[in-house]
Amino acid sequence: MSNWVIEANSLTKIYQMGEVEVHALRGLSVQIAHGEIVAIMGPSGSGKSTLMNIIGCLDRPTAGEYYLDGELVSKLTDDQLATIRNRKVGFVFQSFNLLSRATSLANVELPLRYAGVSHGRREQARQALESVGLGDRITHRPNELSGGQMQRVAIARALVNQPAIILADEPTGNLDSKSGSEIMDLLLSLNREHGTTLIIVTHDSDVAAHTQRIIHLRDGVVEENHL
Amino acid sequence: MSIGQAFLEALESLSSNKLRSALTILGIVIGVAAVIAMVSIGRGAQNTITDSIQGIGTNLLFVFRGGSEEVRNPKPITISDAEAIADPFQAPSVAAVAPVLQGSGEISFGGESTTTSLFGVTPGYATVRNYAVSEGEFISEEHMLGQASVVLLGPDVAENLFGRSEGLVGETLRIEGQPFRVIGILESKGGSGFSNEDDQVFVPFSTAQARLLRRSTRDRVDMLIVSAVDSQSVPQASEEISQILRTRHRTQVGADDFTVLTQQDFLDTASTITNVLTIFLGGIAAISLLVGGIGIMNIMLVSVTERTREIGLRKAVGAHKSDILIQFLTESVVLSLIGGLIGIALGWAISAVVGQIAAANDAAINPTIGIDIVLIATLFSSAVGLFFGLYPANRAASLEPVEALRYE
Repeated sequence: MSNWVIEANSLTKIYQMGEVEVHALRGLSVQIAHGEIVAIMGPSGSGKSTLMNIIGCLDRPTAGEYYLDGELVSKLTDDQLATIRNRKVGFVFQSFNLLSRATSLANVELPLRYAGVSHGRREQARQALESVGLGDRITHRPNELSGGQMQRVAIARALVNQPAIILADEPTGNLDSKSGSEIMDLLLSLNREHGTTLIIVTHDSDVAAHTQRIIHLRDGVVEENHL
Repeated sequence: MSIGQAFLEALESLSSNKLRSALTILGIVIGVAAVIAMVSIGRGAQNTITDSIQGIGTNLLFVFRGGSEEVRNPKPITISDAEAIADPFQAPSVAAVAPVLQGSGEISFGGESTTTSLFGVTPGYATVRNYAVSEGEFISEEHMLGQASVVLLGPDVAENLFGRSEGLVGETLRIEGQPFRVIGILESKGGSGFSNEDDQVFVPFSTAQARLLRRSTRDRVDMLIVSAVDSQSVPQASEEISQILRTRHRTQVGADDFTVLTQQDFLDTASTITNVLTIFLGGIAAISLLVGGIGIMNIMLVSVTERTREIGLRKAVGAHKSDILIQFLTESVVLSLIGGLIGIALGWAISAVVGQIAAANDAAINPTIGIDIVLIATLFSSAVGLFFGLYPANRAASLEPVEALRYE
């Protein structure tokens, strides 16, 4: 097993938009080590979202190789990718993306359900909620929670399967600065306690300042990669 | 994900939009209820008709004048034909023969009068046709010999003329102006089927022949009712009767100038007609089930569009294509299954009400809901849900997670 949890070699992604080919990634290479906290920054159109989608196994590169936790995932089928996402990737979105009809507990249980876990599922989900400080909110539905609390539920959902990486897309984008910094603290503490690799896509340089390394993208390649 | 869990989740998701789910279910309810009601009413009618044909008697054959349309000048069936058929040496499979004259006549008593079916029958008619009297006696040989002016009344006729159907033996009434003495009242057979067997009167065959229902030739009869010795010998009896009549009427080969029908022929014809009717009604009802199915498909497509982000999220956290497919298919099957169950209850209620209305109008249709039709309706409605849910569910399952998550 290599030292890298993420190893991407000359990734290319071309979208066909009508007649025009859009080159979102142009031979991008990047490595991220286990337990690292990394921010991905860049102006819009720089290929940030595309890179995040490929790192999160939501999409496949047009060319290039991508290893996630030692597995070559750039050539897998849709269902194989779904399994990888389930086991290795935890997502935190800007808009939370919780199931509005389901309780916090049911939302956190969701990845376990698709993993086929049936024993102790409820208990695992409860522990995940406790670890984000929502042990007393397990039967609440999203519309009964504040933005910060919803994002905490989303983080609990992301870490319940003990993934290799947590991928956060503007995790504080929809929050006020106070709950935003609380969420950042929570993410950082998860990294400290569990050693989970944390990859944050953001515009916000304050958020990026909390990380160990910032990868700047421009026009589909890494422009700057500094500690 | 287990089936039970998928089922629960589908219920939860459907209950989050109650009005919409209820309206969709209603489409299926109407379809299934219509199919069940129509088929069971059709079967009820079939049973009623079958029963009334079987109620005529057992192992019966009916002989009429006239064969196929090409045969000109068919000879009438006569009393001597009847005697020949009754001969056990010529027709060993025949148990009894009853010649019948039939027509209608005006019957009056006091100020009341009514027009009813008038039958000239022999004493053997009672056994052949399973008639019994509730009071008095049936027509006897003496009445026949004496061309007696006596009459047996059906209970409805008695009711119409006298306002009661008992204690009437010995009363005198007039048929076509001629005085007749009442010798008995027929036992009620219940009003059912095509003709009301309680609304008729019997006079001795000889009396009818001489005075009430005169025919062009003297010994002519309208119909022969023949009973076979047992049910196995009905075809044999039919063959023997045909042979005798061919010889007596000197018909050419293949040009019979008479028709022999068995009770089974009537049953078969009636079943064919009512089956066609049932299928026809059920088919029309099935169209509404189809419309209900399209309603499901419509609402599921709306639901898939509305929940695009949810689908994207489920895929992001590891749902396989099949998980999403099962989720949406379960929802549409649950919709149609609930609709099917309510529809069965409603269909049952409708056919019970129709049965009540029919009974109140003396039509006596007993709608029959077979377990088979309930099963078929349940299976069919789930199949409708499955079929019409397949396209929307497949659409949901093949959404790209990236695009689904970005969907606003």
